[in-house]
Amino acid sequence: MFEILEKDPLNATVVRIVVSAPLIARKAEPGQFVILRAGENSERIPLTIADYHRAAGTITLIYQIVGAGTMELNALNCGDSLRDLVGPLGRATETEGLAKVCVVGGGVGCAIALPVAKKLHAQGAIVHSVIGFRNRELVILEDEFRAISEELRIMTDDGSYGEKGLVTTALETLIQAGNQYDEVIAIGPLIMMKFVSQTTKKYGVKTMVSMNPIMVDGTGMCGGCRLTVGGETKFACVDGPDFDGHLVDFDEALRRGDMYRETEQHAREASCNLFQQEVR
Amino acid sequence: MAERNMDPRKTPMPAQPAEVRRHNFQEVALGYTREMAVNEAKRCLQCKNHPCISACPVCIDIPGFIACVAQDDLEGAFAVLSASSALPAVCGRVCPQESQCEGVCVRGIKGESVGIGRLERFVADWHREHSHGKPEKPVANGHRVAVIGAGPSGLTCAGDLAKLGYGVTVFEALHLAGGVLVYGIPEFRLPKAIVQQEIDSLRALGVTIQTDVVIGKTLTVDELFDMGFEAAFIGSGAGLPRFMGIPGESLKGVYSANEYLTRINLMKAYEPGSATPIRKSRSVAVVGGGNVAMDAARCAMRMGAEQVYIVYRRGMAELPARLEEVEHAQEEGIVFHTLVNPVEVLGDEKGWVTGIRCVEMTLGEPDQSGRRRPVVKEGSEFTLDVDTVIIAIGTQPNPLLRQTTEGLETDRHGCIITNGDDGLTTRPNVYAGGDAVTGAATVILAMGAGKRAASAIHRSLSK
Repeated sequence: MFEILEKDPLNATVVRIVVSAPLIARKAEPGQFVILRAGENSERIPLTIADYHRAAGTITLIYQIVGAGTMELNALNCGDSLRDLVGPLGRATETEGLAKVCVVGGGVGCAIALPVAKKLHAQGAIVHSVIGFRNRELVILEDEFRAISEELRIMTDDGSYGEKGLVTTALETLIQAGNQYDEVIAIGPLIMMKFVSQTTKKYGVKTMVSMNPIMVDGTGMCGGCRLTVGGETKFACVDGPDFDGHLVDFDEALRRGDMYRETEQHAREASCNLFQQEVR
Repeated sequence: MAERNMDPRKTPMPAQPAEVRRHNFQEVALGYTREMAVNEAKRCLQCKNHPCISACPVCIDIPGFIACVAQDDLEGAFAVLSASSALPAVCGRVCPQESQCEGVCVRGIKGESVGIGRLERFVADWHREHSHGKPEKPVANGHRVAVIGAGPSGLTCAGDLAKLGYGVTVFEALHLAGGVLVYGIPEFRLPKAIVQQEIDSLRALGVTIQTDVVIGKTLTVDELFDMGFEAAFIGSGAGLPRFMGIPGESLKGVYSANEYLTRINLMKAYEPGSATPIRKSRSVAVVGGGNVAMDAARCAMRMGAEQVYIVYRRGMAELPARLEEVEHAQEEGIVFHTLVNPVEVLGDEKGWVTGIRCVEMTLGEPDQSGRRRPVVKEGSEFTLDVDTVIIAIGTQPNPLLRQTTEGLETDRHGCIITNGDDGLTTRPNVYAGGDAVTGAATVILAMGAGKRAASAIHRSLSK
């Protein structure tokens, strides 16, 4: 079960895997996520579904190697199987009735933004895409975005590729150029989604963001993924992960996001040592 | 008949000393020896009215199994127990006996009741340790039933149906079967090896357990019928945590009891090598007075907290937790702030919890539930210095199933509506039981519901 069929690096720390998961592939929609465990004693890791192939019974996941959990996942190769994989969880991104949309992706968030952009394109919507990265080496999925976008802006923090600057700069230029978007869909680091939401608020453009908080079960049980949205407590796993960016309390989400930073750092160092030992 | 034991007190059950156990996750109560069990069994009067049986949600023949123990016939005792209960080793440990069988025991009038729970536990443990025969796989009757949720009600329903020859598949959302027995109740109160053994014996009966499947997401109830299942039992529990709605509940260091306990029990955060992180707390306030609150408080103590408080808005007498859990918690040094209600969680500029502001309460007139309603005492505000707050004020049924199952009606609390005893829902051939129907209750009530639904399903499908 859950065999890894393909595995390719997209850049130095971002990896794409295609996994056999017929039940999940049958139901998956853009915006939904899965929870996986690499091995018997692994943490539960939530990952948004990057693509799916219903006939082949496979789903695509794209992950960034950031902590002990993703390192353990990355130790698996083609032919190995994930210990657990459950989904599709969360609500699908709502695309119905959207005719012109700007999709904004940041870093590895582009992996999640792509299926949404693809679905919009497939339903005949005009898609403009703004994708941002720290530098040239980290750029991923450029061709895939180009294939479905009428406009594509690539931004890098250091200007080593595309235009130098933030995604908000490009987005604001597009809006000021007279593009009337039904919606902006922003997926990336919290701080990016916060500033995209601030930018679009000025212009009164509805903005949906995909939240990726800490969670354990992903089915509404732990409440660890709670967010304040429009003054109400929401669970990202069952009420989201998509929320109205103009209503999300990003500052609170940013604070909650670093709850285990220290522990994670220790774990990462411990795993690094472990993996080095195995290599030797 | 063996000689009767007229000691007014229960034979004490050995336990780890409080000073030792508050630092480890090993089981607190150590269980009777064979001599102790026989001695305690002789306290049962074998009275004619046997009120204990009527007070048991699964109607175990309590005098019957105790008579076997008194005669040192332990296999016989186990046979009586297992005729009514699928999980006796679990129930002996987690049932609130003082408000069920032991609460009405005739011996309790002039002294302590018979230690029925302790005897049940002893018999089940003895059987587990001494019997190596595998249960015989029943002859298949060709009918297939789906069970949603591998908790106490689902496992009981699955076991009863499998014994009747049904092909049963249990679908579980988490990566491990057991429900609250594995994610909620801690190791020191219910060793997971016991739960695992109960699940293994269900598998030996031919029950298929499919983990990592969320019914309502991965598959719907309608799809289960398309797949050839002829009936479905929903035992999805009450897993959705409630919060208080007071300021500061989103600070770092505020957990739902569900999250705190899941990290520790299911994800084994108490083991040094665990991949799942948890806050290293110095001082912890647990809000609530039920078994879940006691479990969370006692876990926090074992995780190394120096100070652990229970904050509960009614009095000691109103604590809904099992008496034994309250006593154990007190022995372990947990401080009870009863008649106290939190009004705000306080935090620092980085968003970490620094304290919890509370008010004192007095008990006023009884409310609809018959319990006296707590009323705020004017000018009684005070702050507890804590770095972690665990909210254990109850849970609600998970909405995933009702959102995706047409025709499945629920009440205003989100509880699935059933026809009462049988557990038949508003959808034909769909039954439900346990916390998904009653709201958060006990393991034994859930088991009783699973049992009754199993016999209703059998009546319906064998017509």
